Amino acid sequence: MPQTITEKILAAHSGNDSVSPGQLIEASVDLAFGNDITAPIAIERFKEAGIGKVFDRDKVLIIPDHFTPNKDIKTAEQTKMMREFAKEQGLTNYFEVGRIGIEHVFIHEQGFALPGMVIVGADSHTCTYGALGAFSTGVGSTDLAAAMALGKLWFKVPESMLFNFSGKLQEYVYGKDLVLYTIGQIGVSGALYRAMEFTGSTIAELSMDSRFSICNMAIEAGGKSGIIAPDKKTEEYVKGVTDKPYKVYSSDKDAEYVEKIDYDASKIEPQVAFPSLPENSKPISEVGNIEIDQAVIGSCTNGRMEDMRTAAAIFRGKKLHPNVRCVILPGTQQIYLQCIEEGIAKILVEAGCSFSTPTCGPCLGGHMGVLAAGEKAISTTNRNFVGRMGDPKSEVYLSNPAVAAASAIAGKIIPPKELK
Amino acid sequence: MKLKGKAWRFKDNVDTDVIIPARYLNTSDPKELASHCMEDIDKEFTKKISAGDIIVAGKNFGCGSSREHAPIAIKNSGISCVIAESFARIFYRNSINMGLPIFESAEASEKIAEGDEIEVDAEAGVIKNITKGEEYKAQPMPEFIQKIIKLGGLMEYVKQEAKK
Ligand code: SF4
Repeated sequence: MPQTITEKILAAHSGNDSVSPGQLIEASVDLAFGNDITAPIAIERFKEAGIGKVFDRDKVLIIPDHFTPNKDIKTAEQTKMMREFAKEQGLTNYFEVGRIGIEHVFIHEQGFALPGMVIVGADSHTCTYGALGAFSTGVGSTDLAAAMALGKLWFKVPESMLFNFSGKLQEYVYGKDLVLYTIGQIGVSGALYRAMEFTGSTIAELSMDSRFSICNMAIEAGGKSGIIAPDKKTEEYVKGVTDKPYKVYSSDKDAEYVEKIDYDASKIEPQVAFPSLPENSKPISEVGNIEIDQAVIGSCTNGRMEDMRTAAAIFRGKKLHPNVRCVILPGTQQIYLQCIEEGIAKILVEAGCSFSTPTCGPCLGGHMGVLAAGEKAISTTNRNFVGRMGDPKSEVYLSNPAVAAASAIAGKIIPPKELK
Repeated sequence: MKLKGKAWRFKDNVDTDVIIPARYLNTSDPKELASHCMEDIDKEFTKKISAGDIIVAGKNFGCGSSREHAPIAIKNSGISCVIAESFARIFYRNSINMGLPIFESAEASEKIAEGDEIEVDAEAGVIKNITKGEEYKAQPMPEFIQKIIKLGGLMEYVKQEAKK
């Protein structure tokens, strides 16, 4: 039976030759993790059930990233509980603030996520690792507790949707724009339950960083997962971060999809998603006059090296608009360090940006740049729901890092090419 | 596993806010939650139903917030299972994890009327409409899902499995 990449991975992890959409399976899990919001509840469930040890101390990660460095006493208590659990369990990989970063950037950078894996994380943006050709999906805390205990979890095999992008990208268009455009087309529940598979000549040309941005936002279309079959670029990337073995899967030519959609990527402009849903995306040429108070560049969507370099290229020799604050959040310590080494940090600080330690921070209105009522932000994060970055009366516009940086300089949302 | 009872009909997109309104989320007591089940659609719902009765709904049952309280409220109200054309993804996971059997069947969702006497064979995935003398197909529940449900939820299942 012809299979999609998602079906093949799930079949291989559930002891089946093949699986079909709708089928309920129990699959082994190669990596299970939670963060400072979800892991404490999972740890409680785990303990209530009287489980002694996690199924594999190499395959469980507990990552403090949302409200860290601990923003208040409650957070400090939560991360303390995580730290103690990691010690008790002898988890091989537990990292403290200063040696870590945002989970969905850190995990692939350190080679924990690999092609062909089944990955579950108690965080909705766990779909990010699909960019490596893994089946990766967000679950709840109870699910995480079960996965930590048994190393397996039940799944309903998702239907797959195929998105085929062809054509050469315009200047200042990145993976982020392709995914914002896609969500704009199909809506925030357009891929409900489904695996979103991205393919085509445009995707082949994209950097890994841009591919991570795309899969990161599959959940914003309701998707259960996003996935891009591994190619040479993927393998080069993986070999650069780890020497662990992995398995490459790809979809059969005649695999079945519930829907196949073709997009001409050459027609896609930089996108801006208006408040308060990621599906409200518009081409930058139709944005109109929107003055901003803050720009945020970073997060698990756009906190990677490509994003930092893009922002720095725009900011080089320029200053922030006097009415605008700009918070830059590199995804991990390694990226932070590289920003220093490449002179990016200097450019950003000289431009007047606040260059933050890696954290989720303002992405979820946690700390490090929360918005007041009536304030508007342009942000490279993934959600612009009501109140996402602060007061329910604040507004978030989503974009790529080039648009965010250019807008921070102009004081209003503009296309980067207008700065030249 | 055989589930039997009277059908109670609901429409498309029944969200978790009506299954268990947010104002009752300050408790996690299953009985208390159950007493407010479906209250915002039908105030008398929990008084009208008998043990074993079945909720039959349209598309996207359980959409909205991810609260695990929703399947807990339904399960503890005495409802034996939910049949719908489709379920929202997180509700689907939560139901099984909390031990509430659920079945997807477009045919059953279309043909079952309020008050019909229904019997579900979970192993075979067969839904019998005794009143109308019809049979509809749903996905049979695999053994491990039946086990999770029989034990009363995912964490009970985990306890058993961890002992192996
Ligand atoms: S950066 Fe934002 S979206 Fe990503 S994990 Fe953190 S809070 Fe979630």
